[in-house]
This record gives sequence, C-alpha cells and structure tokens, in this order.
Amino acid sequence: MMEKMIFGRYIPGESFVHRLDPRSKLIFVFAFILVVFLANNIVTYALLLAFTLLVILMSRIRLYFLINGLKPIIILLVFTFFIHILFTREGDILLDLGFLKVYEEGLRQGIFISVRFLVLVFMTSILTLTTSPISITDGIEVLLNPLKKIKLPVHELALMMSIALRFIPTLMDETDKIMKAQMARGSDLSAGPLKERIKAVVPLLVPLFVSAFKRAEDLATAMEVRGYRGGEGRTRYRQLKWDWRDTLCLVVFVIMTALLVFYRN
Amino acid sequence: MTEILSFNNVSFSYTPDNPELRNAVQDVSFSINEGEWIAIVGHNGSGKSTMVKLVCGLLFPQDGEVRVMRNVLTEENLWEVRSNIGMVFQNPDNQFVGATVQDDVAFALENSGVPYTEMVDRVHSSLAQVKMDKFLNHEPHHLSGGQKQRVAIAGALAMRPKLLILDEATSMLDPQGRDEVLKTVRALREEIGLTVLSITHDVEEALFADRVLFMNNGQKYAEGTPSEIFSLGDKLVEFGLELPFAMRMTKLFKDNGVLLEGQHMSEEELVNDLWTSNFNK
Amino acid sequence: MDIKLQQVSYAYSKGTPFEKYALFNVDLTIPHGTYQAIIGHTGSGKSTILQHFNGLLKPSEGQVHIGERVIVAGKKAKELKPVRQKVGIVFQFPEHQLFEETVLKDIMFGPMNFGVSEQVAEARARELIKLVGLPEDILNKSPFDLSGGQMRRVAIAGVLAMDPEVIVLDEPTAGLDPRGQKEIMDMFYNLHKERGLTTILVTHSMEDAARYADQIAIMHEGRCVLNGTPHEIFSDSDTLEKYRLELPHIVRFQRKIEQLMKKPLSKICLTEEELAAEVAHALREGRDAK
Ligand SMILES: Nc1ncnc2c1ncn2[C@@H]1O[C@H](COP(=O)(O)OP(=O)(O)OP(=O)(O)O)[C@@H](O)[C@H]1O
Ligand SMILES: Nc1ncnc2c1ncn2[C@@H]1O[C@H](COP(=O)(O)OP(=O)(O)OP(=O)(O)O)[C@@H](O)[C@H]1O
Ligand SMILES: [Mg+2]
Ligand SMILES: [Mg+2]
Repeated sequence: MMEKMIFGRYIPGESFVHRLDPRSKLIFVFAFILVVFLANNIVTYALLLAFTLLVILMSRIRLYFLINGLKPIIILLVFTFFIHILFTREGDILLDLGFLKVYEEGLRQGIFISVRFLVLVFMTSILTLTTSPISITDGIEVLLNPLKKIKLPVHELALMMSIALRFIPTLMDETDKIMKAQMARGSDLSAGPLKERIKAVVPLLVPLFVSAFKRAEDLATAMEVRGYRGGEGRTRYRQLKWDWRDTLCLVVFVIMTALLVFYRN
Repeated sequence: MTEILSFNNVSFSYTPDNPELRNAVQDVSFSINEGEWIAIVGHNGSGKSTMVKLVCGLLFPQDGEVRVMRNVLTEENLWEVRSNIGMVFQNPDNQFVGATVQDDVAFALENSGVPYTEMVDRVHSSLAQVKMDKFLNHEPHHLSGGQKQRVAIAGALAMRPKLLILDEATSMLDPQGRDEVLKTVRALREEIGLTVLSITHDVEEALFADRVLFMNNGQKYAEGTPSEIFSLGDKLVEFGLELPFAMRMTKLFKDNGVLLEGQHMSEEELVNDLWTSNFNK
Repeated sequence: MDIKLQQVSYAYSKGTPFEKYALFNVDLTIPHGTYQAIIGHTGSGKSTILQHFNGLLKPSEGQVHIGERVIVAGKKAKELKPVRQKVGIVFQFPEHQLFEETVLKDIMFGPMNFGVSEQVAEARARELIKLVGLPEDILNKSPFDLSGGQMRRVAIAGVLAMDPEVIVLDEPTAGLDPRGQKEIMDMFYNLHKERGLTTILVTHSMEDAARYADQIAIMHEGRCVLNGTPHEIFSDSDTLEKYRLELPHIVRFQRKIEQLMKKPLSKICLTEEELAAEVAHALREGRDAK
C-alpha cells in the first residue's frame, strides 16, 4: 500500500517542469492554491482543469501512474462528491429514485468541489514529483530569507530539513532491520490483541531511538570537525538559477489569473 | 622536518569523579612530522577514538597538552585547527551530511566561506583524486560503503588539510571497499605527500605505515617501525591483536622444521628466504 | 532439519515502479548438520537469501522447505513461529537489537516469546552468558552500559537462548578486534561440532569460509552460481575472479610457493597449519630424492 503511494515522492526527469527553478515552482503552487478559490462557474473551473492537465502533460509524468498513485486521495474525492449530491437540496430535481433525489445544484456543487480538490492535489503532487526534496528545501530557504531580519533561523531550519530528508531512507532501512531482528526472536507485531501489540512495539522503538541518537551524535561530531558553526559567514554550493522558463511560467500564471477574474460571475 | 601534531603526557578520563575507573587515555606522548604515515593499533576500547577526539578539540585533556602545528590546542584556536585537519570516521552513513555526493564534499568549504567558483573547482578536483567524479549527483543510499568513505576522504581533501585522520575508516567495509579506500590513501600519499594518521586493528593495514603506536588499555605500550612493533610477537596477541600473515607463517614453518633465516614482515621477504634457504643451495 | 530452496526468486517492492529483483531461481539445499558458508560480492543477494531461511521474507516465486514446513510463493504462510524458533538468525551488528533494562531480560526475551517458562529461560541465560565468554555478573547490568564487543556477545546469547536447530550468521564479527573475531568464530564452530548445530555463515572473509565451512555457496547478481566444498571452490581462481571474489590469503600464498618450487603441492591447503606441514613435507621429500 505505502509502496504504491506517490504523494510526496520524487521521480527524476528532464521535462520542462523538472527544469524549472524550485522558487518559481513554489511561488506558482502557492499562488495557484489561492487562485483556485476564484473559480465559481463552469468556464472558470474548466479553465483550471485544462491548465492542470497542461502542466501534467508538460511534466511527462504518466497520468495513469499519477492516478494509480493517488488512489486513496481519489477515493476521498468520490466520497465528498456523493456527500454533496446527497445533502444539497436546491434547484431542479434531475433524478428521482423515490428514496433519493438528485438536485441540479447538488450535482453542480459536487462537481465543482471535486474539480477544485483534484486540481489542488494534482498540482501539489506535480511539485513534489518533479522537484527533489533538497531543491524544495533550497527554494524555501531562499524565499524565506527576508524573514531572517525578524530573527527567524531560516538557515538552521533548512539544514535541519535537508538532513531529515537525507536520513529518511537510512532510518527506514534501520526500522526494517530491527523489526526483522525482533521477529526472528519471536516477537509478533501483526497479531494478537491490541494490548499485546502495543507491548510488542517496545522492542522496536527502544533500539530505534538508541540508534537514532547514536547517528545524531556521530553526525553532530562529523559536522563540527568539518567546521560547521551555524549559518554565519557560510557560502552556498547549491546555486539556484532563474531563467526564461521561470519568467514564462509566472507570466502564464498572471494571464490565467486575469482570465479567471474576467470570466467569474 | 615540520611537526604537525604532538601529544605531551596527555591523560583523559570520561569519568574524572570516579577515580576507580581507569583513564581512557593515560599519559600518552608522541609526535607526527609532515609527510609521515602513523598508524595507531590497539584492541577495542584501548583509547584510540578518544585520542582522535582530543586532536580535533571535541575533548580536552585533563593533563598534558595537545599541539597542532606547534600551537597548543585551546578553545580559541579550535576552529583554525579543525580547518587544517581532515577526518574520516568509522560509520560511512553517519558522516554523510549532504544530500548528494557533491553537496557532501562542499560542506566543509561552505562552512569556511569559500567563494562559489573556487568551491566548484575544489569539489571536482578532490572527487577526481578519489576517483568518484562520475558520481557527482548520487545520493548516499545508492552508494556502497567504500564509495561513501572515499567521498568522505574527498570532503576532507577539499579543505587542503595538513593532516588526514582515519578512525577505523575501513572496519565496516567489505574487502573490496577496504581495498578501494586503502589504495586511495596510498595514492594520495604518493601524489601529494599527505600526512596520515590512521587508526585500525587490521595489522596488515598497519604494515604500510612509517611508524606504529601500539595502544593497550589507554596507555602507549610501544612505538616504532612496523617491524619493531611486530617483533613484539606474542605481546600483540595477548593484547587483542594478531601477527601479520607473513610472521604467522614464518613461525609455523620453523615449527615444522622448514629452514628459514629470519623473521619476516612481508610475504615477499618470506618467499625470498624460503627460496634462498631451501632451493638455492 | 534440512533447508531447501527450490527455484526461489524474490523481488523487493513487487508490483510498483520501484520493483527490484534481488534473487533469481535460486536452488540450494543445506542438509542437517552442515556448516554452510555463503559468499559473494556486495549486493549479490546474501542478506536477502538468508531471510528466506526462517520465513522473514517469502519467495516471490518458487518454494522454501524448512524441515517439515513448506513456504510457497503466492500462498499465505500462517504461524511461522515454530520455524522462527528452530532457525535463529544473528543479523549484522546484532547489538542494535538490544532493548531490555538488563542483559538477563534481553537474553530471556527470545525464549519467552516462544513459550519457554521463566525458570528455564533464566537457566539458559546463565549458561549462555558463560558460553559467549562474559562473566555472569554482567547479567544484571543494562546492555547499554557495555562495550561494543560485549553487546555483540549478549545479542548472540539472546539468539542462542531460543535453542535453535539452525543458526544463521550474517557477518557476525564485523568491527571487532582480531581476538574478538577469532573468539566468536571459534565459539560458533565449537557449537557446530559439539551440538551438531546446522550453521549458515554469510561472510566476506574467504579465510573464515575456508577455515570453518563444509560447503561454500557463491552468490552472484542474485543467482546461486556454485556450491561445493572449500577445496572445490578455492581450487579454481578464474571462476572466483569472474564473480569478483578473491582466493583466501593462504591459497594465494600457496600459489606463490608452488611457483617457487616449480611444482604443485599435493593438495590445496585451507589453513596456515596445513600449509606449513605440507611445505615441510614436500621439502623433505625433495631432499630425500637428491
Ligand atoms: N562517551 C563515553 N563516555 C564514557 N566512556 C567512554 C565514552 N567513550 C569511550 N569511553 C570509554 O573509554 C575507553 C576508550 O574508548 P575508545 O572509544 O577511545 O576506544 P577505541 O580504542 O576507539 O575502541 P574501538 O576499537 O572499539 O573503537 C573505553 O573503555 C570506553 O568504554
Ligand atoms: N529493502 C530493499 N529494497 C529494495 N532493494 C533492496 C532492499 N534490500 C536490498 N535490496 C537490493 O537487493 C540486492 C541484494 O541485496 P542484499 O542486501 O541481499 O545483498 P548482500 O549480498 O547481502 O550485500 P552486502 O554484502 O553488501 O551485505 C541489492 O542490489 C540491494 O540493492
Ligand atoms: Mg574507536
Ligand atoms: Mg548483506
């Protein structure tokens, strides 16, 4: 199940979208989340949907893969759709099954909300699917840089995040290893009453914490002897490059917003 | 000869309040000159890693002094000292800070404020020195242990260190990984005359050093050339190590009545002796 | 208890874009009472294969026989506990699995999971702590106050305490000093000899494989490409090289001596003692002939 989830995963590639600067992608996605709420009729929702499909196409991520990977979220979406159908009682009756009446307004609302939800999920997924976590971190760090003035430890937060990201695979492997080692000693994590299962978590958690602490200690030592003492006076190896693609991307975004404003009721 | 590092009667205890427990490092003195390769050998818990922590100012001695480039190591000159020392630790995973190979090599450079263009140069050239320049964008969990350790060496080299310290850098690796790392270190010694302090309990590895310190229970038991140290024979075994292969074979041959002239450290010597003593008569 | 793998393939993350096959059609039979070594380059699938020996991984294709039990690909395998009790695994860096407040409790954890009574488990712990070469008073200490080498021994005692018929070892001595390595390897060898414990050793050390094993299997890119006695395996250096493995140090040295003597010794020697005796013998014969 988890293996099939693609929400939050990164798939390397060379598409137009992959090559955008993380800053423009971040600005774009955050602005898009706000702008989505401008839509309020068929034309504007159609516009959003078309635009999202265009982005997916340009990212060269297979639609089948995207839908397959986002299945759990799509189930949620279908669920909200039916809630709206069932509970909105306005407008003409479109379908009367006796025990169930479907109203025009209900269908409209159901579709709109679903489309809104869908474009939001797709757009944010495209961001994480086409941008490596470390680039996202870089982008956030640079975008938040002005906040250093109000003493927000932007650099430290970004470093923490990048180290966390770097160690996720390592810790996942570790969890798997310890779990197997304890299973080999007869501990059973998947069966028995809840109380037993909670007890069975201790042999997993204790070693995991011990090893995480050990790693953190080693890492802190390694960073210290390599001269790390905070963000002051540091230079950056990862440089972000803003090029014509990024400008184009934002121009398109402004045009889309203008169209949305123009066509909404 | 320029002195790079020296310990003068250094003692350190993790538990100074409890005098019953022995000191982790007890009254140790030695020095390393530029261009030398020194190996420290000793059983588990003999104080080797503690000595390394004393060199880079992660710990300070309770007695005696540590000098780096002839200056006594203090809280004040700590960061300057660290910029002259490259360190590679035992666990390849826990010292990989960057998200990719090149980020990791750049980490120390970023910390000391090296400008961008120079950074790029140094990252590429030091990765080339350890033959990892084809892996610039690889992530750590896609590298083997030996490759990660070579990246760690590159990260140290990028700072142009005066001294490279390897704390059991090969002990978690498979034989191929160990070979890769040792070959890299030997090549660096030949190419740029790097000064190396390597800590190991692999005696075959110590044979390559110019000088060996033999630690036992926190004390320096002996110091000398590899042949001097290994002529201690059974003392090494008693203190948790083993004899080099050639020496074990020499002893076994003699026990079995094979004629041999002397003691041998290297296989070459042993084979030659076998030849001259037995066939060439 | 025999262990038999028939046409076993295994894929990690099967059925996803990240699917990766780590074993292909592996056939391997380990008869009861054998000391079997498994060698191979890193990533060749050694750790993957050993997790099939007690049902921690289930084959994607093929079947695994563990004594009477058969685990077949695609079929649900229920109640694996009896299998896990009979096949103990000492993973790489087993000290990472310690978690209890005291060493005693940690050693008792395994047996008690398999329904052994507290008294029996404690008795086993007291016996085993000596067997792994630690003083008995260590039983009341916290495992986290011990040195690395001591923790390793406690973890090993914890697996032996389950009283398994088969013991599987994944690089059991990595990171220890030479004496620690030798003591642990000798301990397992004695257990194998004295109690007839089937022993499966995964190792990078050709020397250990040569010295201790009855049978050596070579893994290469997910396939089991060879299985034979140490003499068979180490008499063919070209094949080994093809699988990116080396001859044991002792055999390489024998080759050098043979070049010197311009004739081969009568057999391949797998231990230093054996080689010294053999060379002495050959030299004496040479002298007598003159
Ligand atoms: N953080 C610590 N707190 C308390 N005691 C410690 C600490 N680190 C090490 N020691 C103790 O100090 C002594 C020397 O340990 P050190 O790690 O220097 O040994 P080592 O020679 O590096 O061993 P190894 O070969 O296992 O790496 C040991 O007895 C150890 O138990
Ligand atoms: N959890 C996992 N998910 C995906 N692939 C894996 C996983 N574990 C191992 N692999 C892959 O399976 C292959 C075999 O790995 P395995 O750990 O069995 O090798 P090994 O022979 O034990 O190597 P080593 O000598 O380094 O321990 C490798 O290519 C490895 O990358
Ligand atoms: Mg150490
Ligand atoms: Mg393995």
